[in-house]
Amino acid sequence: MTILTMITKMSEGLGRTCAIFFLTLLFALPLGLIVSLLRMSRNKVVSSIMKVYISVLRGTPLMLQLLAVTYGPYYLFGINVSREKLIPVVIAFSLNYAAYFAEIYRGGIESMSQGQYEAAEVLGYTKFQCFMRIILPQVIKRILPSVTNEIVTLVKDTSMAFTVAYQEMFTIGKQIANSQTSFMPFVIAGVFYFLFNAIVGWVMGRFEKKLSYYR
Amino acid sequence: MTMSKLLEINHCRKQFGSTEVLTDLSISVEEGQVLSIIGPSGSGKSTLLRCATLLETMDGGDLIYLGNYAARDVNGKAVYATQPELQKIRGMFGLVFQNFNLFPHYSVLKNVMEAPMLVQKRQEKEVREEALALLEQMGLSDKADAYPYQLSGGQQQRVSIARALAMNPKILFFDEPTSALDPELTGEILKVIRKLAEKKMTMVIVTHEMSFARDVSDWVVFMNGGVIVEQGDPRDVIDNPTQERTIQFLRRLQEK
Repeated sequence: MTILTMITKMSEGLGRTCAIFFLTLLFALPLGLIVSLLRMSRNKVVSSIMKVYISVLRGTPLMLQLLAVTYGPYYLFGINVSREKLIPVVIAFSLNYAAYFAEIYRGGIESMSQGQYEAAEVLGYTKFQCFMRIILPQVIKRILPSVTNEIVTLVKDTSMAFTVAYQEMFTIGKQIANSQTSFMPFVIAGVFYFLFNAIVGWVMGRFEKKLSYYR
Repeated sequence: MTMSKLLEINHCRKQFGSTEVLTDLSISVEEGQVLSIIGPSGSGKSTLLRCATLLETMDGGDLIYLGNYAARDVNGKAVYATQPELQKIRGMFGLVFQNFNLFPHYSVLKNVMEAPMLVQKRQEKEVREEALALLEQMGLSDKADAYPYQLSGGQQQRVSIARALAMNPKILFFDEPTSALDPELTGEILKVIRKLAEKKMTMVIVTHEMSFARDVSDWVVFMNGGVIVEQGDPRDVIDNPTQERTIQFLRRLQEK
């Protein structure tokens, strides 16, 4: 098999790689915010549940979580594992990344000075208006570097989907590597991830620059 | 001339844990009056201001704005009004913080304009005109598009005064408005407050600037240990104090 054939075959999985990536961000970023707000809730029961959620999802391997979400329903309820694995893969990734994002949000929210809340409160902003207009925009600016870190990791973590044989780029590459006894597919995968992250870095850099109009 | 009571605080009590910060404290402010609160740190001045501006809840006592009860004392416990009523009362006062607390991600103009539009649902055009007029009054016409970090402390504090005034409050509170400023910048803030006093703006000012308090206020309250030790005409309280604790405090300030 020529290198070009390998690249072509692996490229066919890039759409699925991107699907995991974008869908995970789409769900995990808002879910993480909800988790972090519940984690900071004054209700002890709610915050404890979220603490457990975060510690379990951060404390166990993503690979295990992928297996659990994909095959768990079969072992627990006898539900057949569907051939289309995108749904369980995205669920596992979103739950996992939401836990990390939640802690990043929490760090950002807790770093805000009480004075910002008080100024808004005295001016008559509702709690929701204060959070959406005053707190969240500043939090986003502060946490952007940490979020970029997570997103870069997510790009590489999409390769974990091979554990449930979801046909994304790395899974295909691994299959080719096995059948052709070649290391080349891994080199190609490395280049793909590197380029992907170069784009991520560029986009996030633009984003940071856009928010650099104030301190 | 009839004077109406704009703010009344009766028998206010406030504890933090087991420490009593305010003990049976009462003040009232009439329309057009400028009241200064002086006293050593830890005397409860700021807590009193925070209770008055609903940032802190009193344990007991009444808090009344123009006859509207924000809190009513029921058997020694302060019972607060409903959120919508409190929201209405919040529209009656403004607060200028020691640390300005401007919104750093907003331009100066947006800092001043957002609350009137968002909270009071006023028209953008009208709010803009008023905001620009306020900034001009504060000597900040050329800073409308600047961001807070680009301004000096004194300029930031003037923006925060404009932000409070844009809500057309009936009474304006100042919590040590010059304490975070370099000495050479305090003058510009005091000048602005003086101008507001000339326009008969009702104000309650917590301050350490004694000569300013004497000049600008109609009434001075000296607090210590959560109670009012002495109050009256500024020339009496500051120049001829009768209470030992007041004399001590003023002497120590002079020594500095």
